[in-house]
Amino acid sequence: MSEARQPGEGELQAYADDRVDPEQKATIDRWLAEHPDEAARIEEYRKLGNDLRALYDPVLEERVPARLTRPVGGGRRWLPVALAALWLVLGIAIGAVSGWQLHEWRSPAAVTMDSPAVMARRAALAHATYSPEVRHPVEVGADQEQHLVTWLSKRLGTKVRVPRLDEAGMSFVGGRLLPGESGPVAQFMYQTPAGRRITLYVRAEARGQRETAFRYSRENNVGVFYWIDRDCGYALASGDLSKDELQRVATLIYKQFE
Amino acid sequence: MNEAERLVELIPRLRRYARALVGDRATADDLVQDTLERAWAKLHLYRRGTDLRAWLFTVMHNVHVNRVRAARATDPLEEEMPELAQRASQGDALLVRDLDRAIARLPSEQRAVLLLVTLEEMSYETVARTLEIPIGTVMSRLSRAREKLRAMMLGQGATRLKVVK
Repeated sequence: MSEARQPGEGELQAYADDRVDPEQKATIDRWLAEHPDEAARIEEYRKLGNDLRALYDPVLEERVPARLTRPVGGGRRWLPVALAALWLVLGIAIGAVSGWQLHEWRSPAAVTMDSPAVMARRAALAHATYSPEVRHPVEVGADQEQHLVTWLSKRLGTKVRVPRLDEAGMSFVGGRLLPGESGPVAQFMYQTPAGRRITLYVRAEARGQRETAFRYSRENNVGVFYWIDRDCGYALASGDLSKDELQRVATLIYKQFE
Repeated sequence: MNEAERLVELIPRLRRYARALVGDRATADDLVQDTLERAWAKLHLYRRGTDLRAWLFTVMHNVHVNRVRAARATDPLEEEMPELAQRASQGDALLVRDLDRAIARLPSEQRAVLLLVTLEEMSYETVARTLEIPIGTVMSRLSRAREKLRAMMLGQGATRLKVVK
């Protein structure tokens, strides 16, 4: 068997993108079989491609914000124009009413413009601050759960729910109100019988934003799973759960809110 | 389907590309909005029968370049992370927690090529036409983008993105 011809870098890129013809592919396959380091590199490129799509494809499923579909073209596009006008009027009316009731210009459900990654960082910080607390881990304890939910829902301007994590061996400790990037946020705390704690950070999101991808990050020994689901952004933080354990709990929460 | 309707259909794809290009949602949607306004205004310049998607992404590319330039002119601190870019070019395995942050650290012209090839699955020729650069440049930017990203993500196996649902 003769030695396979070394493919050019452009050919390898095209190979990683599955854009080579079968004959070219056979030659490159043969060469890669003899060069495991290069094969590993190309495999890594493919994985990066898959990860990129996994990361950004959910954007395709999001509802397009109204400001982007505002029609400008002529012809028989009067219906969307009329609808847009109606929404605008409704928006002004709702804004006026809530502005009147709250005696301020921004409602508590003010759109949070910062990125989910910022939320994860703040959640990790809040976790590190409150989870070691022995005497005052929460402001309102699990014994007053109904009061806690009503209070936090009112402050966040969106309906807040307390997920049940008994299935994961976690009992609810209570919650507290925290300052967020652009408004109040809530923190719920849970613990195992052994006293290991996790916290769930909840903030109000702009209406109509729907993102279902879980993301993970680590901030100084605190692992955080975070995601956005309808009206709320969530960040689940733990100092001692493994990434897999934490993801299981995050999945459990996500499913309860479906 | 007329051009206007096809253009509206392409909005989710513009949003996906913009999100990956600039990072946060609000800035990305601002970019999409500016792009659409420009596209609506210039739609009469689009030649029927040619690739509308490539045309639209070219509009977005130009709007993006102008926005970045304007941001730099008003705020010199807004430059694209010179310190990080420099470190990446030295080839360290940076501790990047997330792929989106790694993407943000790529030089923007390399990021654009990688995203159009990977997310939009454009042919290399279409990418060249869209970004108005020679195809050789497309290939070299693609190769460099991937290699940088790989270097940044090395040792990050444990934090690979998982998507449920």
